Amino acid sequence: MIELEGLTKRYGEKVAVNNLSFAVRPGMVTGFLGPNGAGKSTTMRMILGLDRPTAGDVRIDGTHYDRLKDPLTYIGALLDAKAVHGGRSAFNHLLCLAQSNGIPRARVHEVLDTVGLTPVARKKAKGFSLGMGQRLGIAGALLGDPRILMFDEPVNGLDPEGIHWIRTLMKSLAAQGRTVFVSSHLMSEMALTADHLVVIGQGRLLADTSMADFIQRNSRAYVRVRTPQPEQLSDVLAAAGITVVRTGDGAFEVDGGKAEHIGELAARHQVVLHELSPQQASLEEAFMRLTAESVEYHAHSGTGDAPAARAWGEDWTGEG
Amino acid sequence: MAAAQVVRSEWTKIRSVASTVWTLSLAVVVTVALGILISLLSRHEFDNLSRAERLSFDPTFVSFAGMSLGQLAMIVFGVLVVSNEYSTGMIRTSLAAVPQRGTFLFSKLAVATALAFGVGLATSFVTFFLGQAMLGEHRAALGDPGVLRAVVGGGLYMTLIAVFSMGVAAMLRGPMLSLGILMPFFFLISNILGNVGATEKVGRYLPDQAGSSIMRVVTPVDDDTPYGPWGGLGIMALWVLAALLGGFLSLKKRDA
Repeated sequence: MIELEGLTKRYGEKVAVNNLSFAVRPGMVTGFLGPNGAGKSTTMRMILGLDRPTAGDVRIDGTHYDRLKDPLTYIGALLDAKAVHGGRSAFNHLLCLAQSNGIPRARVHEVLDTVGLTPVARKKAKGFSLGMGQRLGIAGALLGDPRILMFDEPVNGLDPEGIHWIRTLMKSLAAQGRTVFVSSHLMSEMALTADHLVVIGQGRLLADTSMADFIQRNSRAYVRVRTPQPEQLSDVLAAAGITVVRTGDGAFEVDGGKAEHIGELAARHQVVLHELSPQQASLEEAFMRLTAESVEYHAHSGTGDAPAARAWGEDWTGEG
Repeated sequence: MAAAQVVRSEWTKIRSVASTVWTLSLAVVVTVALGILISLLSRHEFDNLSRAERLSFDPTFVSFAGMSLGQLAMIVFGVLVVSNEYSTGMIRTSLAAVPQRGTFLFSKLAVATALAFGVGLATSFVTFFLGQAMLGEHRAALGDPGVLRAVVGGGLYMTLIAVFSMGVAAMLRGPMLSLGILMPFFFLISNILGNVGATEKVGRYLPDQAGSSIMRVVTPVDDDTPYGPWGGLGIMALWVLAALLGGFLSLKKRDA
């Protein structure tokens, strides 16, 4: 379990992480989502005690990171696959990490095997591809057989096979009851792996919710209907056992209904329809809406309609 | 966190990179080769020396002449041991494994210092014996008064130069910046300050000028240096302590 309490990091005037409080729980994959520059990596560095918080606190299983005896046996992290001395072999890189935490040498061979780097164990790390470097970083995270694992953008720059491997690995680690905390700036990636979501933007907490909840609220399929005879339509649909939601602009939203079915019902009862359209809110859209106001550098599309600033959760209430 | 674990880990680190081998071998080769060459030249020049110069002739010190260049390789060794961590990004992995930064830094320094001392001491003995062999009838013997102290002191001198560099590198982090300051300082500035009349009195308190007095056996005629061989080495040790303190505080305070 990782617990953050009012965690804040300032660089001069700039606030990189602003009063973050949340907990990362065992037995599931927690996705840490936010646009680039949202403060994900800074937060992760503070969790590992690499950067000092300006204010607030972060604890690993109730203890400060620098108080952990042999920290690699509590929490394993992959922050940057390039954080390796390129002149050192993969084996020696892992060996020096293992020795510093009293981990037996045999374990180095085990993790090399797990990540599939045994054939290149004696090769210098600077000759490794991005994917191999990522595997070496993951081997380092697994070295102490820790209960908590943390990965910063692990799929960045990987080929499809590598991405698939990492997704499967994270899920299996969580299934073993471990705490898995993984950051990404891609909602679609998180949707495939995470059970729980923590969303931040400009260093602030925007959401802390289960993935299922997030999908249910944001990714619903529904039919949008407009009619000049709202009372009649409402009655017709109610008689057919279909629940409708009236939106602010006078339209109806019919959850889970089929457009054909609604159209036929309306025709049979001679209700005029002005609009009948199936809608699908994608998770990516939901995420972008959520973080729009907090994205630091907008790419101006030229259409000029910047997403309206809304409080978090306001747009979940069903006006689509 | 047992310090012994971290020391083992740092030993694995230092023995598994090529820069350790090439910097230390360069230090040995340059010091010894240049020592032999200058000893050989000194033997042929001896008859042309003035009386005062002959009285000041210090065969032990002459055989250590190669250290002025060999120490540069020791500086590179010391700088790379520390700044490699920063230039490669390894420091974040290292500090995640060993979050007690004092334990981390001093284990690293202990390993690198022990290695530098072993190599420095061996270099000192080899360059002494080969240098003396070149000096012929003007040679000193290890049993002569002060000679053993000077030879062991040569090893200590090389070690302290390396440790001083480690401290500076821990403060400055980047290898280019550290080397860019240390190399010209020890190769040029210190020599200029130590040999120009106006700055001589300040120059002799610089780490290398003070420390190298440990390798002198014969005091030059009309020498007014206010410290002896061990006093000089002590001054150098104070510089080293200051650099280590600065390096430690920098590592302790700053984000990795």
